Amino acid sequence: MPESLFQKVWNAHAVRTLANGQTQLLIGTHLIHEVTSPQAFGMMRDLKLKVLMPHRTFATVDHIVPTNELVEPYKDPLAQAMMDELRKNCAQFGITFFDRATGKQGIVHIVGPEQGITQPGTTIACGDSHTSTHGAFGAVAFGIGTSQVRDVLATQTMALGALKVRRIEVNGKLRPGVYAKDVILHIIRLLGVNGGTGYAYEYAGSTFDGFSMEERMTVCNMSIEGGARVGYVNPDETTFAFLKGRPYSPNGADWDKAVANWRSFASDPGCHYDDVVKINAADIAPTVTWGINPGQGITILENVPDPAKATAADEKAGIEEALAYMKLKPGAPIKGTKIDVAFIGSCTNGRLSDFREVAKYVKGHKVAAGVKAIAVPGSQIVALQCEKEGIDKVLAAAGFEWRAAGCSMCLAMNPDKLVGEQLCASSSNRNFKGRQGSPTGRTILMSPVMVAAAAVAGSVADAREVFSVS
Amino acid sequence: MSLAKITSVSGRAVNVPGNDIDTDRIIPARFMKCVTFDGLGEFLFHDVRKDPKTGQITNHPLNDARFSGATILLSGANFGCGSSREHAPQAIQKYGFKAVIAEGFAEIFFGNSTTLGMPCVNANREDIAKIAAALAKDPATEVTIDLAKLEVRFAGQAVKITLRESARDALVNGRWDAIGELIEGIPSVKSTAAKLPYLAA
Repeated sequence: MPESLFQKVWNAHAVRTLANGQTQLLIGTHLIHEVTSPQAFGMMRDLKLKVLMPHRTFATVDHIVPTNELVEPYKDPLAQAMMDELRKNCAQFGITFFDRATGKQGIVHIVGPEQGITQPGTTIACGDSHTSTHGAFGAVAFGIGTSQVRDVLATQTMALGALKVRRIEVNGKLRPGVYAKDVILHIIRLLGVNGGTGYAYEYAGSTFDGFSMEERMTVCNMSIEGGARVGYVNPDETTFAFLKGRPYSPNGADWDKAVANWRSFASDPGCHYDDVVKINAADIAPTVTWGINPGQGITILENVPDPAKATAADEKAGIEEALAYMKLKPGAPIKGTKIDVAFIGSCTNGRLSDFREVAKYVKGHKVAAGVKAIAVPGSQIVALQCEKEGIDKVLAAAGFEWRAAGCSMCLAMNPDKLVGEQLCASSSNRNFKGRQGSPTGRTILMSPVMVAAAAVAGSVADAREVFSVS
Repeated sequence: MSLAKITSVSGRAVNVPGNDIDTDRIIPARFMKCVTFDGLGEFLFHDVRKDPKTGQITNHPLNDARFSGATILLSGANFGCGSSREHAPQAIQKYGFKAVIAEGFAEIFFGNSTTLGMPCVNANREDIAKIAAALAKDPATEVTIDLAKLEVRFAGQAVKITLRESARDALVNGRWDAIGELIEGIPSVKSTAAKLPYLAA
């Protein structure tokens, strides 16, 4: 019987059925960072447990690292304590740690693929909801809580129920100035922030076939913003080409065997899907959020919704709450909304291709007066490559601060924070209330090129006009 | 490891209305700069309970003295969406809540809560409104979540709830923290791993 990738990977990793009917699922690859792992190691010590397969857990530090201060001890003693704790735990339990000194540190969802640790047909877990990113390689990758981090450390498994699979097919060519970020914002707007609850999203169609791995990662990354814990793209030649020669990729005779094995995990033609959604790529426009969740999106040409026109009472209340927080006028154009900060980075859009694309357009432009613009590479390797290509200089000449690698202002657990009611044009993934570090700070999500356009214009802008994209 | 069999939760309840209440709202990221979960209860809903500009307490339901001591949290659709942070259910539990009733839950939040032995049960919108109305009328209303009958009883009324069977089974049979059972399975884990090329090496 034809099967989907999700079913194949699930079946290959199902260890046994537990008493409550859940599956004990083998997690082949476990990624950890400093925020959600220390308590898990504490539980391991309390229960006197050992790490079952220390070579299958990989650590990095990303959330709390300052991006403009490289010398330790950090000014924030709590950040330093978390850093020290991770170092201690990795050393004690024999776990590979991509610390800053290795030159391989970065956001966990950028490091895994960069190192070739993220591979097709595997299961991956990390105490981080954006673990869905790794699905871009045809892995089944779950964001998990800290108790489950403990479970994976101790048993290399966790208790889980199978998910349904929704195939989201996007076909055709994206119009100029429309990016992978717009594709996922469009999908979440269409299906809702909880439309994916209980589902794995399989992204397919000619648009995805033509996407680079980085574009696929951007889409898979935000699956969780649509409620889907897992999102994936079937592995193909693009996937294999990306992985070839990476530090943890198979090599020599093992490479061909691995590719054949990886290929076998792709969904079979005619397999069952619990739901299918089809989208025409040409219908997608540069998309920005106007509210306080990632599903509250509109195209750059649309107006902010008017609660008076809402059909349901809770929809009206939701719009009113969002507009009050965002300080936007009902029915007003989003274009022209003044911004204070521009942030390019995060596990969604902090990769080499994001900075290349931005550099291509901002060259010769200047960030508007009064706008603080920061560009934060997702990893040390991304940073180095950008610097080799002179991208850092182009961005700096335009008025962006070029920073060191980390999660930075996506969730502001480091010193990069909004202040007061500042409004940020952001290439990150969440526009929740207070997300970027100020309890009253405001976020508008968009693609990196749209952030660059907003930085140059000083207000939310159509990058196609600002940069004459055609 | 012996765990409590959670067949019902009874107590007073508080309504925190709204859909899509995310984990950043439940526990802002800056309070996650810690290496234990101790003391997180204090920061539950911090930025909506305290006016960020004035520092004054707001009219958030958790600031309403009539509901202090509530052990059941009532909310809307897609509760706990966003990040995978276990800090969110930990903060709710450490504040003193023993269960959550909502129209729906985000997947990761639901799993994290169940593993902590904190039932998250779904009720439909109309029924949540009925419970909320009873609470508004009498904040001392005793609410019982019955995981055997899958109903919530309050003020002489009863409404149906749903709960994923695997979670219900785990709670009522005292196996909501799976670690013991997972450890028992380690021999099978090793044989499953041996069949997978990327793990066999």
